[in-house]
Amino acid sequence: MLIAYPETQAIGPEAAAKREPVLQRLQHLLGIETLTREQILFILEQARPFQEFQRHPLKKLATLRGKTVAIAFFENSTRTRISFSTAASRLGADTMNFQAESSSLKKGESLLDTVRTLEAMRPDGIVMRHSASGAPHFVAERLEIPIINAGDGTHEHPTQALLDALTIRDRKGKLDGWNITILGDILHSRVARSNIHLLTKFGARITLCGPAMWVPRELEKLASGLRTVTRIEEGLDGADVVMVLRAQTERLHEPSLAAEEYILLYQLTAERLRLARPDALVLHPGPMIRGLEIDSAVADGPQSGVLEQVTNGLAIRMALLYHLIGGAPADAPHPAKE
Amino acid sequence: MRVVEKRQLLSAEEINRTLQRLAHEIVEKSGGTKDLALIGIRRRGVPLSQRLAKTINGFAHVDVPVGTLDITLYRDDLSTVGAQPVVHSTEIDFPVDDRDLVVVDDVLYTGRTIRAAMNGLFDLGRPRRVRLCVLIDRGHRELPIEASFIGRTVETSDTEIVEVRLQEIDSEERVMLVDRVS
Repeated sequence: MLIAYPETQAIGPEAAAKREPVLQRLQHLLGIETLTREQILFILEQARPFQEFQRHPLKKLATLRGKTVAIAFFENSTRTRISFSTAASRLGADTMNFQAESSSLKKGESLLDTVRTLEAMRPDGIVMRHSASGAPHFVAERLEIPIINAGDGTHEHPTQALLDALTIRDRKGKLDGWNITILGDILHSRVARSNIHLLTKFGARITLCGPAMWVPRELEKLASGLRTVTRIEEGLDGADVVMVLRAQTERLHEPSLAAEEYILLYQLTAERLRLARPDALVLHPGPMIRGLEIDSAVADGPQSGVLEQVTNGLAIRMALLYHLIGGAPADAPHPAKE
Repeated sequence: MRVVEKRQLLSAEEINRTLQRLAHEIVEKSGGTKDLALIGIRRRGVPLSQRLAKTINGFAHVDVPVGTLDITLYRDDLSTVGAQPVVHSTEIDFPVDDRDLVVVDDVLYTGRTIRAAMNGLFDLGRPRRVRLCVLIDRGHRELPIEASFIGRTVETSDTEIVEVRLQEIDSEERVMLVDRVS
C-alpha cells in the first residue's frame, strides 16, 4: 500500500507511530486522473533511488522476496511487459506471466473468471493491460489485491506518464509550467491521455497536434490549458517538450490518410524541431518507427530522451511495486494469529 | 505512551571530543589512510561520517572518500509492516572494490541495521575489509555483529531509547537516554 508521508527521521516502531500520512491511501494504480499532485511527486521522488539502482553492478534486491506479481496482458505488448517483469525481478519478487495469445481467452473465458483464476494462485498484486477502457477498474472493484494498470484501451497508461514526467524533470530541471506538444494520434492514445492528466496538474500548456481526424476539438475538454492544432509548424512553435506518438500503421490508409502523406505533413524532422525551443526535449513512448513519425536524426540526436525513458520506466515501476505490493497485505491477519 | 528524558549521555563538547578520538583511532588502526573510505548510514551516520573525514583531513591532510548508504531496501522487517518506509538515495560515487571501508552509524543496538548495510554494500562490489564505527553502543544485540570503533558504551534497558541529536539534522547537539512510560 502506498502512503505518502513527509520526511521521517528514524526507523522502527516508535518512528512509524509518529509518521503522519499526509496523503490519501492508494491501494491501486488505475490512472493518473484521480491522483493528486502530491501523490505524483511522491512517486517521482521514490523513483530516484531506483534510478541509481539501475547503475549498480549487482541488480538484484531481496526486498520483495516471497512476493508474487501476476503480469496479465490481455493485449500484446513486449516492452511494457518486460519492463514490469524486470522491475519485479530486480526487487526479488517472482512473476506469473499470463499472455492473451497463449491463454484461455480465445476459448471464451470471461475477464472476471480469468483474473479470479489468477487470484486463486495467490499473487500479491496484478499488473494488467487490456484493450477495453476501464478493465482494470472493473477488476480492482472485485478483487482484494492491488491492481496496476499497464494500459487500458484508449483510456490511460499511468506508468508511461509517470516515467515521462520523471524524464522531463531530470532533463529540464523541473516539472512545472512547460509548453508541451503532443504529436500524432491523440484520439486513440492512452499515453496522451495520461500525460495530459499528469502535466496539466503541473501547470503545463499543452498543444495537441495531428491530422484533424485524430485531434478532435472535444479533446480540449479533457483538462484546462489544452489547445488543438492541425499544422505541425504551429504545433511545434515554442515547445519545451515534444512528445511524439507512434503512428499506428493500421490506422493509416487511403482514402483518409496515406502513410506517405503523414510523413510529409507530420514527421518530426530535425528541420521542424528547430521551430521548437532550442533546448526542447523529444520523447517517444516506443516502439518508434524511424522514417514514419520520427526521423533518425531526431531520434538519435542530443535532444532525444527516448532511452532515458526506458530506464526511467524501470525505476518508476520498481518504486510502484515496492510501495503497492510490498509490506503486509492490507487487513490481512498476522500469520501468528491465524 | 510518552517518552521522558532520563539523562544526558553526551554533551556537544563530548560528542566533538569523541569524534576526534575516533578519527585518530581509525587512522591508527588502519595503518594510515590508504584505500580508506567512510560510509555513513542514513540518517545520522551521514553527518558523523562527514565530520570524521573532516577531522582526518585536519591531521592527516588527506581527503578520505565519504559515501552515504540508505538501508531501507535491505531491511528484514518489510514484509511485516503495512505501509512501506520511504526509500532514500544511496550515494557512493567511488568503487568499493578493494576498499578499506568504515561504516559509520550513530547507535549500535540489535545489529540489524548493520546486517542490512553490509548486504547493501556487497551489492556495490567487494570491499577488502569492512569495519564499523558507532558513536554509542547500547547493547542488546540480536546478531553476531560488533563495532571496531566505539565512542561510548552505555548500559540500557530494552524500553529505553538512545536519542542522538546532531546539529546538521536536529539543530541541536547532544545524546540523551530517554524512557518510554505508558
